[in-house]
Amino acid sequence: MLSEKETHEIEKELKQYKTRQAAGVEALKIIQRSRGWVDDEGIKDLSAILGMTPDELDGVATFYNLIFRKPVGAHVILICDTVSCWVMGYEKILSHLKNRLGIGLGETSPDGLFTLLPIPCLGACDKAPAMMIDEELYWNLTPEKIDELIKRYGWKG
Amino acid sequence: MSERPLTQNMRPDGEALTIKEYERTGGYQALRKALKMPPKEIQEIVKNSNLRGRGGAGFNTGMKWSFVPMGNDAPRPKYLIANADEMEPGTFKDKMLIELNPHQLIEGMIISALAIEADIAYIFLRWEYRLAAARAQKAITEAYENNYLGKNILGSGFSLEMHLHISAGRYICGEETALLNALEGRRAIPRAKPPYPQICGLWGKPTVVNNAETFSNVPHIILRGADWYKGLSRSTDGGTKIYGMSGRVKKPGLWELPMGTSIREILEGNAGGMQEGYELCYLIPGGASTEFLTAEHLDVKMDFDSVPKVGSRMGTGTLVVIDDKTCPIGVLHNLEKFFARESCGWCTPCREGLPWVTSILEAIENGQGQAGDIEMLATHGESLWLGRTFCALAPGAMEPLRSGLKLFKSEFEQHIIEKRCPWR
Repeated sequence: MLSEKETHEIEKELKQYKTRQAAGVEALKIIQRSRGWVDDEGIKDLSAILGMTPDELDGVATFYNLIFRKPVGAHVILICDTVSCWVMGYEKILSHLKNRLGIGLGETSPDGLFTLLPIPCLGACDKAPAMMIDEELYWNLTPEKIDELIKRYGWKG
Repeated sequence: MSERPLTQNMRPDGEALTIKEYERTGGYQALRKALKMPPKEIQEIVKNSNLRGRGGAGFNTGMKWSFVPMGNDAPRPKYLIANADEMEPGTFKDKMLIELNPHQLIEGMIISALAIEADIAYIFLRWEYRLAAARAQKAITEAYENNYLGKNILGSGFSLEMHLHISAGRYICGEETALLNALEGRRAIPRAKPPYPQICGLWGKPTVVNNAETFSNVPHIILRGADWYKGLSRSTDGGTKIYGMSGRVKKPGLWELPMGTSIREILEGNAGGMQEGYELCYLIPGGASTEFLTAEHLDVKMDFDSVPKVGSRMGTGTLVVIDDKTCPIGVLHNLEKFFARESCGWCTPCREGLPWVTSILEAIENGQGQAGDIEMLATHGESLWLGRTFCALAPGAMEPLRSGLKLFKSEFEQHIIEKRCPWR
C-alpha cells in the first residue's frame, strides 16, 4: 500500500500534467525517495492510480536508468564513464572505488552502504573525472579525494 | 572585448542571478517589448537574426516556429518545451546557463511562447542536474510571483503556464520526439516524422522543442534587434556561441565567443593550449556524435556551415581534445559503449548493431582483434548510417567510428597484428 505521504505527493504531481500517465515518472521517483527503490507492490499500487496496467508501468519504470527496480544501498554512487572523464582518468578512479568498496559496477557493498553505477556525462567535463553520491556532484576526483568522500558517507574501511 | 550578452551579467561567485539582479541588468524588458508585438513579427525577427538551434542540428529557430498553426483555428493547447536534457558526451553548456542565469532561459521561453501562441511550457531537465533543478524551480516561482508567468501576463491578455519536468535518465530523451514520449509518461522511443511536432507534438497538439541555449538568446534578439545579433557573429550564423573545451588542456572551461571563432583561438586563446607533456592528437568538435578533426583543421571556424565543409559538424560546440597519450581505439570503444548503452532498443540496426560494434572495439583494444574486424566495423558504418535507422542516434554513433576508421587505420592494424594496445 502507498503511504499517506506518498499518496499526497503523487496527487500533487498529477495536477501538473494533462494525463495521469504523464505523472508516472515523477510518481515512481516519489516511491523511490521513500523506499529507496521501486518494489513490485509499488508498481501495482501506482499503476492503479495512473490508469495503466502494472506491466505497462513496469515497461516505463525499467526504461529509465535512474528508476531502481532492485534494492540499492544507502548511498548510490553514479560515476561518469563518458569520454572526457575517461580521458582524464576514469579507469584509475573506478578501480580505486572498486578496491575500496569491494564491488563492481551494478553491485551493492555487503554492508549495504553503497551501490556503484555508471552514468553518462554529468556535465562536469571541465572538472573531470566526476561522480555523484546521491544528489551531490563531486569533481576533479583523485584516489585521495575518493577516500575522503566515502568516509564522509560512512565508509569504515 | 566583444559583447557577451548571454554571460556578461552572470555573477562571478557561481550563484544564480536573482530576479532583482536580472531585472536590473535589463531582464524582462524584452518580454515587455514582445508583449506589444504581433506573434508573427517576433517569429520574423528571430528568423532574420539567423539564430540556429544550439542543440546541435542548427536549424533556423524562427523558421522552426513558422510551421506552427496560428490564429483562432489552431488546435489548443499549444506547447513549448525547453530541451535541457543535456547528455551529449563532452557537453556542459546548458547546465551553466540554467545554474547561473535561469531567468534568461525563462524569459526566452515566455517570448518564444508568445511567438507561437503557446499555452503551456515545460523545461525538460535531466535528473542529475540537481543544482540547475533547484535554481530553475526557484526562478519559475519568482516569475509567477511577478506575473511574468500565469494568467494575463503584465495585463497583456496573454497567459502561460510553466512547469519543470525532471526526467530519470536516458540520452535518447534528448531526441525531440522521444522527449515528447517521455513527457507523456511513456518509454522514450522516438516517433516517426512527419508529422513534425510543430503540427502534432505533445498529446497530438502543436509543439515546439528548442534547446535551452537557443531560448537564452531570444530576449537579447528581441531587445536589440536582428541586425545587432547578426553583428555579434563572425560568420553567417547569428550571435555568440557558448563554446567549451575539455580533455588535457591547461584551462578547460566554457566561453561565450562570437559565432565562427576558430578552433585554434579556443584551444590556444581560451583553453591555454595543451597541458605540459601532452600533444594534440585530434578533437571531437561538438559532442560524441561528430566526426573527428585534427591539427590541420585548427583554423576552421566553429559554426554550423564551416565545420561540415571539413566533413564534421559543430554539434553542441563543446570540444573534447584527445591527446597523444590516449589510445584512439580506446576512445572509440568508450564512445560506442555509450551509444550502445543509450540505444532505446526500438529499431533493430541500432539495438543489435551498436553492441556488436562495441564488442569488436573492446576485443581490438584488449589485443584480441582478428582479421576482418576492421571490415566488419566499416560494414556497420554503412548499415547503421543515415536512412537505415529510425532516428539519428545510430548514425550519430557512426560519425566518430567512420572518421576513426579513416584516421587511425594503422593504429587499428597495429593492435590486431601485435595483439596488444601500444598505449598500455
